[in-house]
Amino acid sequence: MDMKRSHYEDIRLFSSRVVFAWFLVFAGVLVSYPFAASWLGKNYYIYMANYMAINVIVAVGLNLLVGYAGQISLGHAGFFGIGAYGTVLLMTKLQVPFVLALPLAGLAAAGFGFLLGLPALRLEGPYLAVATLGFGLTVTQIIGRWDLFGGRQGLHAPPLALGPVTLAGDFNLYWLIVPTAVVMTMAARNITKTKVGRAFVAIRDSDVAAHTMGVNLTYYKTLAFAVSAFYTGVAGGLYAFALGFIEPQTFNLMLSILFLSMVVVGGLGSIFGSVVGAMLLSLLNLKLASVHTLPFLGPVLLQLSESWFTVSGLPNFQYIVYGLIMFLIIVFEPLGIFGFWIRTKIYWKSYPF
Amino acid sequence: MLWQIVIGGIAVGSAYALIALAMVIIYKTSEVLNFAQGDMACLSTYVTFMLLHGYGFPFWVSLPLTLLFAFVLGACCEFLFLRRAKDPTVLGLIIMTLSLEMILFGLLSWKWGSDQRELPFPITSYDTFTIGSFYVSRLEVLTFVVALVMMALLFLFFRYTKTGIAIKATQLNRDSARLMGIRTNRILMGTWGLSSVVGAVAALLIAPASTLDPYMMWDPLLKGFSSAVLGGMTSLPGAAAGGYIVGIVENLFGTYVSIEFKSAVAFAIIVLILCIKPSGLLARHYVKKV
Repeated sequence: MDMKRSHYEDIRLFSSRVVFAWFLVFAGVLVSYPFAASWLGKNYYIYMANYMAINVIVAVGLNLLVGYAGQISLGHAGFFGIGAYGTVLLMTKLQVPFVLALPLAGLAAAGFGFLLGLPALRLEGPYLAVATLGFGLTVTQIIGRWDLFGGRQGLHAPPLALGPVTLAGDFNLYWLIVPTAVVMTMAARNITKTKVGRAFVAIRDSDVAAHTMGVNLTYYKTLAFAVSAFYTGVAGGLYAFALGFIEPQTFNLMLSILFLSMVVVGGLGSIFGSVVGAMLLSLLNLKLASVHTLPFLGPVLLQLSESWFTVSGLPNFQYIVYGLIMFLIIVFEPLGIFGFWIRTKIYWKSYPF
Repeated sequence: MLWQIVIGGIAVGSAYALIALAMVIIYKTSEVLNFAQGDMACLSTYVTFMLLHGYGFPFWVSLPLTLLFAFVLGACCEFLFLRRAKDPTVLGLIIMTLSLEMILFGLLSWKWGSDQRELPFPITSYDTFTIGSFYVSRLEVLTFVVALVMMALLFLFFRYTKTGIAIKATQLNRDSARLMGIRTNRILMGTWGLSSVVGAVAALLIAPASTLDPYMMWDPLLKGFSSAVLGGMTSLPGAAAGGYIVGIVENLFGTYVSIEFKSAVAFAIIVLILCIKPSGLLARHYVKKV
């Protein structure tokens, strides 16, 4: 059996050659994907991939906080907004180059995450949820009211220059966004295997016990918030360029809940799970936003809307779907897709029995 | 000037107090923080809108119908959602109410679209009159009076009726209440219904002052949370007092400090109270068992 005999076996990035081979295949698919999509003339597919990669970054960052450190956050749309507005404003108002502006905006989000982590030292469970919910709602409102942030009209993203090259269009952005997502996911995976990651897990399982064992709660709880906020802030900055336009209404409570549902659907405490969950839910998000164009389901819903509901409100059908998915996951498979994957694996490993 | 602002704050605070009461009623009984409270109330308000505007019922018919709907909605939410969670964790319960919130939000914004509408309420916030040297609108007076009446009714209900005492027994210890012959499952359903009714009343008082849209209750929801936290989450008088305090502080801050950051007040209150005195102003001190 695959028993681990040394610490280095546990922290290796690829646990076996099979995994490494699969990673190579995956990397090959990622590299060839935009070429295949543009050969087919489907530019929209590349935009979809960018959108998914951004959500993967957020979900991985949020999973470090919720799944590993056991702290709940309903305010990640706030960090996402800080990252997006921070990047755009640094570039337009202060003429900071993009390469610096993105990490700086991420750090700004991390700073807010640190501040939000301070009350988390005293709070747990529902109270923390309330505090973070308040943070998310407040950030949206302040952004919407303040003239510096463009108010209700929003802001346009400036042209994106990486040194001498100007990146424009989904195809070029793909080479910025997807590698960032891959690197950040692998970084998160490495964080979970270090002292920091084990401290997070110890805090999740029992913060009193962790404190007794010598884990510095102040340091690690605020660190969890800061790292998670940094991930989300960077994703927000990328999002501003993927969309080309940001407005305060985007970063609302529903977005925070959507991020949380990505993590829950994928599986709490699993990097693999949050990647899959984020990709699945972002795909669903893009498809359901134009639900009336779907085959079979579209016409039925359209007819239903005409007789019972409103056609203009039909895109909101997606929230019902997310709500149901989250509800079913909590009731039937609390570990999400990751739990399902583990059970399938065990079933086939011990097949006839 | 100062007292004028305080009066406005008390009127707004009455509505916050009602939302906070609705949350505390549920939290005390089932230790669930109901994030769907806002959308449950919003759905009830839209039902009033439908009855008044779509079917043309007079107000005094649609109000009891709405309250009945709110009760059934709350009870159904408990029965269909919360009860289905087997042995849930704190995070699981939060996600459960969030999923309920999403479903309700999706339903009501699908049904009525996200356009802003006017609730045809018999009293508007524009007709004002003077008491002494203060301007007061009829709606503010109505909000204040209705909130007081609701609080008095809740007090009498919990003190003198058999159901109210059964709810209090369930809050103290669910297992022993069950052993004493109280149907705790029904009590839970009932508390959700009751809480939904209180929330619906609050939303009906908030709607005429703003416009009716699916996002209407998000901001009051946060204020309600902040009032409930201020009062200590488990104390009904505390929640009511918290509502008034939040309303007054917010109004004063909006006038004298900065109108842009007015909405940050509720959040600041939550964070400050939780950092300085997590048990709130009026709840007994709470120590976690390991």
